[in-house]
Amino acid sequence: MTVINQSARKKIKAGSFSLNRFGPGTQAVFHVVLALFSLICIIPFIFVIIIAFSSEESIRQVGYSFTPLSWSTQAFTYTFKLGDALWRSYFNSFLITIIGTALSVTMTVLYAYPLFRRDYKHRGFFNFLSFFTMIFGGGLVPTFVICKSVLGLSDNYAALIVPMLFSPFNVIIMRTFLQTTVPNELIEAATIDGSGEYSTLVRIVLPVVKPGIATIALLVSLSYWNEWFLSLLYLNKNMDIMPLQYLLMRMQRNADFLAKNSAMLGADASKAIAQLPSQSLKMALVVFIVVPIACAYPFFQRYVIAGLTIGSVKG
Amino acid sequence: MTTIQSALPQRSRKLSSITARKKTFWLTTMMLPGAIWLLLIRYLPMFGIVIAFKNYRAFRPNTFWNNIIKSEWVGLKNFEFLKSPDTGVMIRNTLGYNVLWIILGLIISVAFAIMMSELSSRFLAKGYQTLMFFPYFLSWVVASYFVLAFLDPTSGMIPFFQKTSGLKVTNFYHDTTWWPLILTICNLWKNLGYSSVLYLAAITGIDTTQYEAAAVDGATKWQQIWHVTLPGIRPMIVILLIMNIGKIFNADFGLFYNVPQNSGSLYPVTQVVDTYVYRAYANTHNLGMSSAAGFLQSAVGLVCIVSANALVRRIDPESSLF
Repeated sequence: MTVINQSARKKIKAGSFSLNRFGPGTQAVFHVVLALFSLICIIPFIFVIIIAFSSEESIRQVGYSFTPLSWSTQAFTYTFKLGDALWRSYFNSFLITIIGTALSVTMTVLYAYPLFRRDYKHRGFFNFLSFFTMIFGGGLVPTFVICKSVLGLSDNYAALIVPMLFSPFNVIIMRTFLQTTVPNELIEAATIDGSGEYSTLVRIVLPVVKPGIATIALLVSLSYWNEWFLSLLYLNKNMDIMPLQYLLMRMQRNADFLAKNSAMLGADASKAIAQLPSQSLKMALVVFIVVPIACAYPFFQRYVIAGLTIGSVKG
Repeated sequence: MTTIQSALPQRSRKLSSITARKKTFWLTTMMLPGAIWLLLIRYLPMFGIVIAFKNYRAFRPNTFWNNIIKSEWVGLKNFEFLKSPDTGVMIRNTLGYNVLWIILGLIISVAFAIMMSELSSRFLAKGYQTLMFFPYFLSWVVASYFVLAFLDPTSGMIPFFQKTSGLKVTNFYHDTTWWPLILTICNLWKNLGYSSVLYLAAITGIDTTQYEAAAVDGATKWQQIWHVTLPGIRPMIVILLIMNIGKIFNADFGLFYNVPQNSGSLYPVTQVVDTYVYRAYANTHNLGMSSAAGFLQSAVGLVCIVSANALVRRIDPESSLF
């Protein structure tokens, strides 16, 4: 019995045991299904790029099409003339993302580290403090009213950064990273050497959990880059600080936005409006938003996937 | 001699209690930024729930605390919106979409994960995973433009095709017929990659000797999937189910607000609790009523997640969330 088992085992290891793989026919079906869905996932983005490079004449004649009659870079050259609005909101998006990410990562690491330390006295209390907010909250309106009238988060950069600074979910991801990568002996050794708590964290722990920090930083920066809801809530008058996502969202609602901005072009304004490639221009702006993500995506997806799978496994 | 011996441990104990207190102090200072944020942005608004039971309005001086103290207590009057027919529609939409998407999402993403894990080409499996995960990183504002490219009434691909081939042109942003399908596609498009990768990670964690043992016992590949893979990822399935059931009264605001372009004629099929609360505030500035709706949502969510967890704990304590 055991002899048969062992020989079978060897066969499996050698790959000759066909039972442990699906046959080529089934595999082909899997490939078709997965490839089809993968295609569906990126085709809308490709479509939008094609529209952005379609000439306005082609859009008039054949609509949005994968095979436009003629190509044009008019939409992109026009974005340079669009005036300050576009570039300012692009700048705002970067500013909010960078500041928000730096602050948020610092707070997350500082909160997760003591939770990871088994010898920390108030571990249970602070763990509950953050966990409870995952299952209960004050709701949209009380949060909004408190943030606006008590904390002064209204029409300023803080309003677009502070409400998203901290996330219990990210704390769990970071804590799990610490638990799996930092051995307790390392910290004990540092303590015996007389290292203070902050210097242990900065000099000994941080270098070890760099991948974890990268994951958190990427998740946070993505959510800041994609943020528009805070602008919808907290921006009423000061439109100079709105990020690109919100600009794009408002553009959908206010068809006259482009016309208004092109009016700033000066003397031949009416001529400019007439030539406005408004349809492809909108899609060009979508390309502007997605391109930074699409470019960085191949590099960061490994980290993000690692982080999300770790964080979801258990709180 | 004896005095020294007994004094030494005492001294070191005293020393160690000082270092222990020092340690606790410094570690607590690390918690402070996060703890203060939680208290201000998460816990303080929980007291703001009082708004739901008051006729909240501005007094002089117009500060939050003054307003909340002077506003009169109205009991459950703010909850009267529950009687309106709109409420039934919004609850039906929220629950309906969530239940449908939990089931569809679970089945399809587990299927995708199993398919990816069984491919002999690692390279292609990675490629599919990369492409499928991409929509997860885009915002609903961007996604709404993607949808617009297909549905736009003047130039969108589908209406234009209908126009040129002489069919009746559908005005998608005023016609409710297709929206349950469109929203379902959008939701799956954005989230399937993420959940498939989660299940794939769980499958990779299954001990491969189990498959070998099953193969030796003569199990076909399909039997192995049924008897090894599915039981192996059961904890993950259960955890994600609890989390989703806990959120059954929450909807993805961006999906229901941006993708249908906030179009009023689509409300019967796109109005969900989150958009209802937001619109109640944004359109009518009815703080009391929108707080009441939000409070109900949080309370029901808490009950759902705690009871789902309790149920799981009874059946399979290993898989429970807390």
